[in-house]
Amino acid sequence: MDIELIQMLALKVTYAVVMVSVVMSIAGYTVLAERKVCAWMQGRVGPNRTVLPFVSAIPIIGPFLRNLGIFQPLADGLKFLFKEEIVPGHVNKFYYYLSPIVALVPALTTMTVLPFGEFTNAEGHTTPLVLANVDLGILFVFAISSLGVYGIVLAGWSSNSKYPFLGGIRSSAQMISYELAMGLSVLPVFLWVNAPGMTESGLSLVSIVNSQENAPWLVLIQPFSAFLFLIALFAETNRLPFDMPESETDLVGGFHTEYGSFKFGIFFVAEYAHVVIGSAIFTTLFLGGWHFLPWVADPWAPGLIGSLLGVGWFLAKTFCLIFFFIWVRWTLPRFRYDQVMKLGWAKLLPLALVNLIFYVILVTYLDQAAAS
Amino acid sequence: MNLSLVDFLFYVFSAISVGGGLAVILSRNPVTAAMFMILSLVGVASLFVLLEAFFLAVLQVLVYAGAVMVLFLFIIMLMDVGPDSGKGAKLSKKRILSGFIALLGVGLLTVLTLEYSGVATVATDSADHWQDVTEETSAAGANIVFSKSVKSFGYGLFTKYMLPLQVAGFLLLAAMVGVIVLSKKTDDVDAHNKADGPSPGTTNPQSEEA
Amino acid sequence: MIKTVVMERKPLSLSERTYLPQIASGLKTTFSNLFKKKVTLQYPEQRPAIPRGYRGVPTLVKDPNGREKCVSCQLCEFVCPPKAIRITPGHVPEDDEERSHVEKAPEEFEINMLRCIYCGYCEEVCPEEAIFLQENYSLSGYSREEMINNKEELYELGGTLPDKHFKWDKKKADEESGNAH
Ligand code: SF4
Ligand code: SF4
Repeated sequence: MDIELIQMLALKVTYAVVMVSVVMSIAGYTVLAERKVCAWMQGRVGPNRTVLPFVSAIPIIGPFLRNLGIFQPLADGLKFLFKEEIVPGHVNKFYYYLSPIVALVPALTTMTVLPFGEFTNAEGHTTPLVLANVDLGILFVFAISSLGVYGIVLAGWSSNSKYPFLGGIRSSAQMISYELAMGLSVLPVFLWVNAPGMTESGLSLVSIVNSQENAPWLVLIQPFSAFLFLIALFAETNRLPFDMPESETDLVGGFHTEYGSFKFGIFFVAEYAHVVIGSAIFTTLFLGGWHFLPWVADPWAPGLIGSLLGVGWFLAKTFCLIFFFIWVRWTLPRFRYDQVMKLGWAKLLPLALVNLIFYVILVTYLDQAAAS
Repeated sequence: MNLSLVDFLFYVFSAISVGGGLAVILSRNPVTAAMFMILSLVGVASLFVLLEAFFLAVLQVLVYAGAVMVLFLFIIMLMDVGPDSGKGAKLSKKRILSGFIALLGVGLLTVLTLEYSGVATVATDSADHWQDVTEETSAAGANIVFSKSVKSFGYGLFTKYMLPLQVAGFLLLAAMVGVIVLSKKTDDVDAHNKADGPSPGTTNPQSEEA
Repeated sequence: MIKTVVMERKPLSLSERTYLPQIASGLKTTFSNLFKKKVTLQYPEQRPAIPRGYRGVPTLVKDPNGREKCVSCQLCEFVCPPKAIRITPGHVPEDDEERSHVEKAPEEFEINMLRCIYCGYCEEVCPEEAIFLQENYSLSGYSREEMINNKEELYELGGTLPDKHFKWDKKKADEESGNAH
């Protein structure tokens, strides 16, 4: 292998490591945000004790950070590491150990095609900030995230106990049901973006984002698709009101009932990584990605500062969505299992189909009008 | 030996898919078999990636590994098939027959592979081989070329291969309706028209939509 | 005859069946809650206000002169429902200046806090007002032995209560004037 290839590989690996650690820490802080927001909504204050020794010495900032619980995720992570590792005797060892990994890997793999900003160099050449600008962006995301269900199913099965098993079964049924609606709900988006006469084309997420530059966000053009996609996203990330696989109250934690210590931690982080990635994807698809506001050109000049601001703006949007996820979780009760199935197959899927057909007709009509 | 990276990866992924396939039929535990099948499918998808057919690769993972195999696992778990089922079965006539047919199939495949290997040469100039589809080429689907881009699949499917696509779709629909008819409890159907037996018309229209 | 009223439940309207307006109003409620005043008490630093009549850990108290009030009558031991109290009765030595008129005092007095149910019967039954359930509610220990309060601990926990009666002073005065009992 030549030097260039090695260099490129090293660069890619570095990027990947950076990205993984960023997403993981965002996931960790999403857990904190969940606890804090939940506490605030319930009139409590949430975690506010953990602090690093030298930080607590700083006069005003120290107590402020402590009250915000900024260091809680660190403590939680350490706790998961040092807890006694209990493996129940009745489990199928191999799959029992395999499933947390299977749950985490897809969650982290989907981020490779996720564009989070762009960089314009001095010559005016623009490169999107993305690990792999695959032409098939969204399909890749769907394909990989559909593998995430194996972690849950295997965990449920290998635990060899009733509640996890029910959780696994429920989750496999739920995932399959909502994947269809999810795919169908984004089809109109791509139809619109790829419609003849539009500047951008392809299934890549970058082109989707760029089509929203200086133009209305897709959520304004296709509110219904966005709505359907959001619901399906809730179901795919196993968030309340669709947290069938877990349902603490009726399945005692569902698929991870038999898991403890670090293995449970991995499931936990994987779940929140799904939420983070899901929010990021919604942002790229419907909320204009790193572009400023609908109809408004980016106020920042291209260049390093500009791209940093863009990434920050992208993250801000993503965090708002994560907040929405949390907000909904602490507002709504859980659906019953049969209601989930009915909603998926009898309501969401037909609606997505109708939505698709509507946009097919609309795009065709616009196309004909433009042609004549 | 002078292996390029692509060659090396090709052997790795082939080994994964073939080995996975073997493990599917050799493993006693149905869940293990299903997992190996996923592995094998992912291996095939990786081979598609090596061929730069990303679209196929992604679809392979999405449809087979992501959806179909989940259903497989679902069914396996629901039926609770133990690792022992089918162990004590004797060498019945059926088994001998199916073994024979399998051997025949393998033989046929080998012969065909040997016969046609070397016929298809890989174009060295990737520029003309992976030619992108333009609007003109698609006019009547006349000169569709195989290309890695998603567009070419779309144009191909909806122009030149429109009829096969429709037929395949229709077949699948028929299969689906058939499954619904078979799996539906026949009580209510019997009560209504015992003589006619279950007919597609009695199925739930809602499920047909789905 | 009782008339049965059959309640008709109205079918849900379309907007109700989509759940969406309800979800929106629910979201509004939770969002407004975000900014409400928090009710959390920062426990070790802030303590809850103990209401009057609170039944905390049972303790033994001394009278304002610092004398032991319990006369080891063992009524509390008998009344205690879970049998948490164990008393070893003892004599007050004749030459005790302070309590020359008292005959008995507990030699050992144990309350097993693993058994105590904080019912307050002991306080109620005590004729000498020697045992009180006071405000202390947090009690912990690393072993079972630690959870059994002996006499010293009980007095340490109890301290001295202001006692308006000065019963023993009266008794002593009576005895000195030759009018005991
Ligand atoms: S409070 Fe009740 S249980 Fe506790 S020592 Fe007194 S009588 Fe016994
Ligand atoms: S505490 Fe009161 S009831 Fe109990 S033995 Fe002493 S004097 Fe009697």
